[in-house]
Amino acid sequence: MYKIDSKKYIITFLITAGLFATAFFVSNMFSGEKVKELQSAQDRVAIDILSSEMQFSLLAEASCENVGNSSLSTELSSLGTKVAYAENQFQSNSDEVKWLKKNYSLLEMKDYLLTKKIADRCKTKPVSILYFYSNIDGQCNDCKKMGYVLTELHNKYPGLRVYSFDYDLDLSALQTLISLHKVKKELPALIIDGKTYQSFKSVEDVEKLMPELAILKEKADAAAAAKAATSTKTVK
Amino acid sequence: MFTYFIFFITLYTQVFLLITFLEKDGVFVAEEEKEQEEKGELYSPIVTIVIPVWNEEKTLAGTINSVLALKYPKDKLDVVIIDDGSTDKTFKIAKKFSQYSFIRVFHKENGGKHTAVNFGISIAKGELIGCLDADSFVHPDAVTEIVKVFRDKKIMAVTPAIRVHSPQNALQRVQVIEYELCIFFRKMLGKMNAQNIAPGSFSFFRKKVFDDLGGYKKAHNTEDMELSMRMHQHHYPIANAPKAFVETVTPRTLKGLYIQRLRWAYGYVVNMIDYRKMIFNRKYGNVGMFTLPTGALSALAAIFLTLLGIYELGKRVFEKALEINTVGIHFYPMQFTAFDWFFFNTTFLAVVTFFITMATVIAVFVGRKLSNGNTKLGMNVVFFFLFYGIFSSVCLLKAAYNVVMGKRVTWR
Repeated sequence: MYKIDSKKYIITFLITAGLFATAFFVSNMFSGEKVKELQSAQDRVAIDILSSEMQFSLLAEASCENVGNSSLSTELSSLGTKVAYAENQFQSNSDEVKWLKKNYSLLEMKDYLLTKKIADRCKTKPVSILYFYSNIDGQCNDCKKMGYVLTELHNKYPGLRVYSFDYDLDLSALQTLISLHKVKKELPALIIDGKTYQSFKSVEDVEKLMPELAILKEKADAAAAAKAATSTKTVK
Repeated sequence: MFTYFIFFITLYTQVFLLITFLEKDGVFVAEEEKEQEEKGELYSPIVTIVIPVWNEEKTLAGTINSVLALKYPKDKLDVVIIDDGSTDKTFKIAKKFSQYSFIRVFHKENGGKHTAVNFGISIAKGELIGCLDADSFVHPDAVTEIVKVFRDKKIMAVTPAIRVHSPQNALQRVQVIEYELCIFFRKMLGKMNAQNIAPGSFSFFRKKVFDDLGGYKKAHNTEDMELSMRMHQHHYPIANAPKAFVETVTPRTLKGLYIQRLRWAYGYVVNMIDYRKMIFNRKYGNVGMFTLPTGALSALAAIFLTLLGIYELGKRVFEKALEINTVGIHFYPMQFTAFDWFFFNTTFLAVVTFFITMATVIAVFVGRKLSNGNTKLGMNVVFFFLFYGIFSSVCLLKAAYNVVMGKRVTWR
């Protein structure tokens, strides 16, 4: 009654090891699928940007009505959230995720340049912020707070474009952007209307620096009201 | 690394128990009842039930009535009620039942449960002796089922299947799930002679156990666990009777549950320390090689994961506070988008947790079927998973703290 069935202990160990291996395989499979989803989302964004660029090149001044704020900003923003999530979660696919992050940063730069070109042509002001941060411990103590501020601004002003860049990302185009705007490694850093600000800014601080946000909100509210009015049934 | 080790051991424990469930036979193989009947020697000994009481006026009558309803022949029953110095009407209520020839009632000065039980054992007439708490109620077939298991002469103790009596609120309904899980665990551990606790409520012992090893000791308010460990130390096997049902009243309030579980956790920790030489010792069979090591590691794991959980929760709370301090609280419609499977946690540990949860769900399912034939898993199972892991770990943490600081815990 006190004899051990060693075979049972060994079989249990093998089954448990097998389940562990299965878990490893399944989680790798899921992270692989998520990386594929990110790649496909980036491909879609790249095509959208290319399409907008082509459209802009082919048409004349009338293009200002056709090439406006599309769903690009929302897709880019959601893509950015997913890339950040993937960076934290997918240790085993870290090279692929790094590549995705670089690709995403390039797409952000393309979108930023296209937005600037459209604004120049159509004599409007681009409502966008360039944001530089660091994930390295101790390099940016206010980056978390700055992230909350930018998320809050993005939610409050859906037309606002926020382009986030990891200062330490090994990407030559990004380093060129940093040197063009003379961004020092005092993070967080914001570029608003061509000016560089190298400290934390609250929601109110940014609203003061960008009075065009209020106009953007008025236009968005008016559009929403107009949409609600046309969808209301009339009673005879 | 330690986290991966904990998850491996937890999964190992579940797999081991499930393999045991699939095994046809355990370590105990008794003669069939038919064979004994043919030989004309169906095992039917005198059975003593000791009922120690202390201020149990509310439930005692119900307990004794359930004993009166036992199908086991009354001429083979010996019921001994020991009033351990009650200050309410308990003794008066007990005395009313002394009209039955097989029920004896005694009163003594208060000395603690173990003294009452030991007194009952010393005057027991039966070959098999069990203890019944005065807030427990036995099924009519309970003794018959337990005696069946004792047909194997090598078995020295048999544990019952304990259920929750008449759950009144959500907390007690969650405990129903826990007790059903325990029915599964006890049956599996019983098959392997690996039970480390023969619970005080309606576990039966051969008189020889008390003659050879002595009675219950005042052991950290968990005398039942100490006796069980002492039995294994002397190679006295403990089996289980999965159909010997006894129902017990469980705590109705969180405070009551906390006091009970703190006592159990404290007793568990200090008894493990007292009998630490049995851990990973092949001499003690599956108790030494499976139950005690996995129990000790699970306790450590629970403490570690609770502390980790508290740390992670603290981090989230701090981050949320920082966010609110930075931008205030606002709600925007676009924040509430449809569920995106991308953010579903599919990390390695999340998948392992899923396997462990599934194994536990299977155990609950089997335990539920053994308990009452019911196979439906309702919302109580969800509350059990959400609530019990954290609650048990908190009790274990406090118990470990009490052990380290030398603080004792009380019954009430």
